[in-house]
Amino acid sequence: MLSRVANSLYWMVRLIERADNLSRIIEVNGQLLLDHERLDSERLRAFWKPIILSTGDEALFSEQYSEAGSAEVIRFLTEDRKNPNSIVSCIAQARENARMVRDQLSEELWEELNSLYLFINSSEGEQLLQNDPPRYYETIRRATFTFHGIAAASISRSEAWEFMDLGRHLERADKTTRFLDITSFLPETEETAGGRGFQWTAILRSCGALGAFRTGHRGEPCASNVVDLLMFSPDFPRSVRYCADRIDRSLHRISGHPRGAYCNDAERVSGRLLSELSYGSTEEILEAGLHAYLDGLQSRFNEIGEEAFRAYVLLPDGVETRPPIPAASVSAVVAWQMAQQQQ
Amino acid sequence: MFDAYEADGFYDEMFDRDGGVRPHYQGLLDRFSAFPTDDFEARRASCDQHFLRQGVTFNVYHDERGTERIFPFDPVPRVIPADEWEHLEAGLTQRIIALNLFLHDIYHEQHILNDGIIPRHYIENATHYRPEFRGVDVPKDIYIHICGSDLIRGADGAYYVLEDNGRCPSGASYLLENRNALKRAFPNLFESLGVRSVDSYPRVLRDMLQHVSPHREGEPVCVLLTPGCYNSAYFEHCFLAREMGIDIVEGRDLVVMDDFVYMRTTHGLVRVDVIYRRIDDDFLDPTVFRKDSVLGVPGIMRAYQAGNVALANAVGTGVADDKVIYYFVPKIIEYYLGQDPILPNVPTFLASEDSDRKYILEHLPELVVKAANESGGYGMLMGPSATQEEIGKFKEKIIADPRNFIAQPVISLSRSPTWCEGNMEGRHIDLRPYIVYGEDVKIVPGGLTRVALRKGSLVVNSSQGGGSKDTWVLK
Repeated sequence: MLSRVANSLYWMVRLIERADNLSRIIEVNGQLLLDHERLDSERLRAFWKPIILSTGDEALFSEQYSEAGSAEVIRFLTEDRKNPNSIVSCIAQARENARMVRDQLSEELWEELNSLYLFINSSEGEQLLQNDPPRYYETIRRATFTFHGIAAASISRSEAWEFMDLGRHLERADKTTRFLDITSFLPETEETAGGRGFQWTAILRSCGALGAFRTGHRGEPCASNVVDLLMFSPDFPRSVRYCADRIDRSLHRISGHPRGAYCNDAERVSGRLLSELSYGSTEEILEAGLHAYLDGLQSRFNEIGEEAFRAYVLLPDGVETRPPIPAASVSAVVAWQMAQQQQ
Repeated sequence: MFDAYEADGFYDEMFDRDGGVRPHYQGLLDRFSAFPTDDFEARRASCDQHFLRQGVTFNVYHDERGTERIFPFDPVPRVIPADEWEHLEAGLTQRIIALNLFLHDIYHEQHILNDGIIPRHYIENATHYRPEFRGVDVPKDIYIHICGSDLIRGADGAYYVLEDNGRCPSGASYLLENRNALKRAFPNLFESLGVRSVDSYPRVLRDMLQHVSPHREGEPVCVLLTPGCYNSAYFEHCFLAREMGIDIVEGRDLVVMDDFVYMRTTHGLVRVDVIYRRIDDDFLDPTVFRKDSVLGVPGIMRAYQAGNVALANAVGTGVADDKVIYYFVPKIIEYYLGQDPILPNVPTFLASEDSDRKYILEHLPELVVKAANESGGYGMLMGPSATQEEIGKFKEKIIADPRNFIAQPVISLSRSPTWCEGNMEGRHIDLRPYIVYGEDVKIVPGGLTRVALRKGSLVVNSSQGGGSKDTWVLK
């Protein structure tokens, strides 16, 4: 398949997944903040900072907002069009990518994504965000679920699918580590002195993992059993290990190389990561420090993404090429050139 | 629904001079009359919704929020009876064959110039003439593979060819999407009315592309080359590529090595045999044409001249749809085919001929003046509705550069009933059928009927308040 098409399919799904997870992160943080009403603005900043770091651009945020209160952060992450990683921007870019590969998508799939885009840009969408934020985020999550469902039911398990699956699981794995990281930044309070059970419950709920937790574990959610599920479960679709397995599988299906060996650096990194997760343990991680471990995982996800790009999208050495034209920088000249092609 | 309808003295597609319905519209009239107004309006609105959801839209340039508009769709179809269609088919086939013979000649021996049928300077001064391609043989000797000729019907009820779009005619996706929209909104309409299907268009197009492949072995790799997703016709490019089952590529997806064209895939480079390009000549190859083109493929002209890749349409076809050359098409038909043209031209005056220019300058308020190489309804003067100032400006332009202008009498285009905010009113229309020249000439029974939605307007272009209709050719 065309390299550009592979790249667009990958980003289309990745950005949809990002929008979904962002809406979850905003919700879980909102819930947790209810218990910390007395936080001063410095504390608040410390609380939201990792999320801005993980999803957006801190410099961009401080440039645009003088306050770092919850309302500002939520606006920045949800509907700020200047933030390329806000929910609204993610959906717009996902659709832009979908447009570039429309011929590869089923009509239903395109329509679902396009409807979501039309919704977030409609006055109806804006009002819902104003008046009933939980329903707004729920609408987005449902639409992304529907999107994944239609994709699963209408796209052949060909190379196109594998690139989409790769994008989905890379993003999902990354965001699960962000969920797990939330507690690292929550300040100690009177309530949490006796344990952070309610925080872990909120995290499980926002991952849609509460049901899976209850069937597999007894007792109250705590650091070790939640990490056990969200990091090491071989079956739960949002666990890091499950995602790593899917990433590794997709990469090998794309290359045709047998699993357990590698033919490019993306496969090498993903194979090593997968075996680490397959043989790792929760005790080990908690002992060494959860936050540092999650940091290390995130940089490896990035590495896999970059190496996959190098292997499949960048041109072979020595072939002359020109850079793509990003949406944001369509100059007047280019726009004019594009407008010429009509008869 | 049609009770208050007035033809206002124009040639009306649906009703004759005495207000009686023309026989080929009878079935439609019966069905439509059965709908209450509200219901009809709701069905029309559902078409718009469908187009918007489907993203059947064109982009509005220079709009920060990336606004997209739908091409307004009118639910009242335009109906063409079988005998009229046969006549059109014969005329359009004759025309595309003659134009292809003309292009071959112009880019080879130039008999038609040597014999003095067309003055040489008209060709050599044509903007889209590409002298560097003289002597280059194109695959299967076909130049215009896809032609979107614009036809109009005058007050006398006769069809005329208004212009031949032989470069990159657009709009074919609307031919198919309008049909889908109408079928969806009025599912029971088509059953017994004997409307011919237009579904075969993508197959016809694909067969043509495969036919012109310069390589014999294996199935040819055909691609559609688009300027990109910011182009106003991008939806159409995707639509056609998907329907044909071929890849849609941008310039940056293609590379030229050793005079062959390749596309970049996840598993290396794959040779491309045929390119259905939706990019103008000027932007195709920055090493040959416009140096600043970011849309094209450096080196693609080398591969083309070496005969290693086919382009549809060929390079340099624009000389045939130059509005000055248009004037000579009846002579071209006569010269190459020894036949009378089946479809007439609109009477045309050339500003570069002294007597014609004199006539033009004296009669500007009655004439339509067009720049020779513009399309999309730009660079035009509509004499009867122009101000004194506009007329004065055009006068200067014509005198300064007579080669660039032609003039025609105002043809009052035929009208068709059109749903205008709850009422049926007459609006002017034209017709663009799509002629495909591959192994033989094929014309899908239908076309794009464009309609000038503004009351009294004669301009049907989408950029200037035009919409479109489904076009029915009856069995």
